[in-house]
Amino acid sequence: MAKVLVVTSGKGGVGKTTSTAALGAALAQGGQSVVVVDFDVGLRNLDLVMGAERRVVFDLINVVQGVAKLPQALIRDKRLENLWLLPASQTRDKDALTDEGVGRVIAELRSRFDWILCDSPAGIERGATLAMRYADEAVIVTNPEVSSVRDSDRIIGMLDSKTVRAERGERVEKHVLITRYDPARAARGEMLNIDDILEILATPLLGIIPESQDVLKASNVGTPVTLNNAESAPARAYIDAARRLMGEEVAMTVPAERKGFMNRLLGRRAA
Amino acid sequence: MSLNLLRLFGGRNATAPVARERLQILLAHERGLLGQSDLLVTLREEILAVVSKHVMLDPDKVIVKLERGKTVSTLEVDIEVPNNFDKKAAAERRMAG
Repeated sequence: MAKVLVVTSGKGGVGKTTSTAALGAALAQGGQSVVVVDFDVGLRNLDLVMGAERRVVFDLINVVQGVAKLPQALIRDKRLENLWLLPASQTRDKDALTDEGVGRVIAELRSRFDWILCDSPAGIERGATLAMRYADEAVIVTNPEVSSVRDSDRIIGMLDSKTVRAERGERVEKHVLITRYDPARAARGEMLNIDDILEILATPLLGIIPESQDVLKASNVGTPVTLNNAESAPARAYIDAARRLMGEEVAMTVPAERKGFMNRLLGRRAA
Repeated sequence: MSLNLLRLFGGRNATAPVARERLQILLAHERGLLGQSDLLVTLREEILAVVSKHVMLDPDKVIVKLERGKTVSTLEVDIEVPNNFDKKAAAERRMAG
């Protein structure tokens, strides 16, 4: 049965788009058929992170408004044949999306894919509420930093009240994904640690993505980090997180960078 | 031992506990405020209507709070009533007086 998963956060710049691309690719690498849908109308970027920016012809709004059929707007990934992208519009504004129209598109996507990953825009307004509206599950991307945790808390409250599932008295299955985590700084008490964040948000953990240069390198070349360098620390963390989404039991670790001799000598310990 | 050493050297920079405490206080407050939307407003109005059928009370003294926990959430209803709260008794007293 198809699952609709929203990747959301409230706060901008915490890694929603990176995480959508990485989790989508990791699920597809795991044999699932996946579509990643960009809900950030007017400020689309998932196409760029996926390396498909030059292949966009039609978009989500065209499909919602009936200008294009869904298959015309779907872009197949060049590396993985079971990974697809439904881009957002760059020229229209978010008011062009309607609740009913999004519902229709999501229903059609459900019949074609195992996973529908909705990349939410930042904020708590129309775009963000529509991205979460039809979700069965949610990944709340959180940085170990006060403003991000506060916004995540707000988004969790919205997932529990503004989604179709919540209105039916059902639950949206929620997971926290901690990104840009630095185990060494957390150990020194300079950064909120995992237990603090989970206790405050009272939501289970999906994974811990360590701060890493590999994330920027992957977005520079337009490849999800799990495809660009599957051995890198963030890629391994995303792959583990995707396996947990598929129901596997995977021990929770913070994958470490393979450190050089000097770092070891300086005692930069990785958890 | 190593943990103690870590504290000794890292103690001055340990700002995470402050962040944690500030967040906990702030969110406890915000969850209360945001909870006031939709569901809690309805609940509060209906509870107020039912209780004030039988009891005289100050509408401002009816507080409905929802607190989110790990597995269950608690709905806290706090109604302050004056000592001579019984409406019938009060009416009878007025009649007698």
